[in-house]
Amino acid sequence: MQAFADQFLNLEIMAAAWPTILTGLGMTLVLCAVVVPLGLAGGLATAIAANSQRRWLRWPTVALIDFFRAIPPLVLLIFVYAGLPFAGVRLDPFMAVAFAFLLNNSAYYGEIFRAGLISVPAGQLEAARSTGLGHGQALAYVVLPQALRNVLPDLVSNTVEVVKLTSLASVVSLSEMLHAAQLARSVTYNTSPIVLAALIYLAMLWPVVRLISRFERRLAS
Amino acid sequence: MGDFSDAFLNARVLARYAPDILQGVWVTLALSVLIVLSGTLLGLALAALRALGPLPLRLPVIAFADIFRALPPLVLILIAYFGLPSVGVFMSSFTVLFVVLTLVLAAFAEEIFWAGITSVPKGQWEAARSTGLSSAQTLVWVVLPQAVRLAIPPLTNRAIAVTKMTALGTVIGVSDILNQATTAQSFSGNASPLLLAAVAYIAIFLPLVVLSRWLETRFAWRRV
Repeated sequence: MQAFADQFLNLEIMAAAWPTILTGLGMTLVLCAVVVPLGLAGGLATAIAANSQRRWLRWPTVALIDFFRAIPPLVLLIFVYAGLPFAGVRLDPFMAVAFAFLLNNSAYYGEIFRAGLISVPAGQLEAARSTGLGHGQALAYVVLPQALRNVLPDLVSNTVEVVKLTSLASVVSLSEMLHAAQLARSVTYNTSPIVLAALIYLAMLWPVVRLISRFERRLAS
Repeated sequence: MGDFSDAFLNARVLARYAPDILQGVWVTLALSVLIVLSGTLLGLALAALRALGPLPLRLPVIAFADIFRALPPLVLILIAYFGLPSVGVFMSSFTVLFVVLTLVLAAFAEEIFWAGITSVPKGQWEAARSTGLSSAQTLVWVVLPQAVRLAIPPLTNRAIAVTKMTALGTVIGVSDILNQATTAQSFSGNASPLLLAAVAYIAIFLPLVVLSRWLETRFAWRRV
């Protein structure tokens, strides 16, 4: 038991690693502030294209969504970070993460928005159009607000996944929270810094995860 | 264009490293099958425990499901891989990855099955019990068949997401597709192995993604 506490819950080591991890947390939050809005915007555009009347637009978009849902995010990230330089495109770690996650998240958020758009009866769009609203206006003021409400739980749930996914940035040496914790671990030969990072993730995400369970139960009943 | 195909579709490099990546494919497939089977079964068992067990058993199940849904899998993998040996638990990186991802899938599966179980109206429990079935029998013969049906689409999506995470094993040295590809890339100084790895993942997961799309439309009556 003592060995366990020393290895996983060593308070001295946690205290020493605290400033490093806090700096990492800052980067994690910056990363989230960039990739979540980018993913939402990309997803919305993707969903509108995937629900388009024009077949030449709809089919390739759906194919792209499935393509990026089939590739593991880490594979995509390493391809962008280590593969693209061979094509002359050299991105720094932050840009590589932002770009890879834009592709991945647009597909996931896009699929959610698409389900939301489908859930709104076609009559809503037609009625809105008949009042003189343009297609874009009808989408923005009538269809989207209802679509968003219908898929809100899925959007929240996917956002939790995106926040968790930012930990992958440590693999391309972006100094976010897990990377900072790994650094502290390799200096101290002790796992406590990673446990500390885990506790911070838990503090951020546990409330949201509880909320999602509530949502799901309400939908089910 | 010649430079591009030389860097990404280099026949010599591809021929040299394709067998390695194929070996990685088997590792990824084996891990995926093991994780899906054990994670789903464990999740189902936990959901049953939550439905039938007394409060002191239910609370740990809920806590487990919450924690493993809230933590990034990579964090769990690193804690298990670097921490456990110093408390006397020695596992290969393959086993660490298998155990962690099984627990992650089990946590999500438990929540999905539980949502299915709670969606079955209480009257069904009461009716089944009044015919003389025990609680466990009611769960198995009356409630679960309906709950599992509801659970299939979200469970498929989640199972795909978790098996895709086998790529995280690269970080601790599991010789999966991605690991073989990054090794080959650094040896050959060429990006073709990475492209081949991406193609391998697409070949494995695209049919599953398409299947999940089909399942969602087939079971679509859930969300109206």
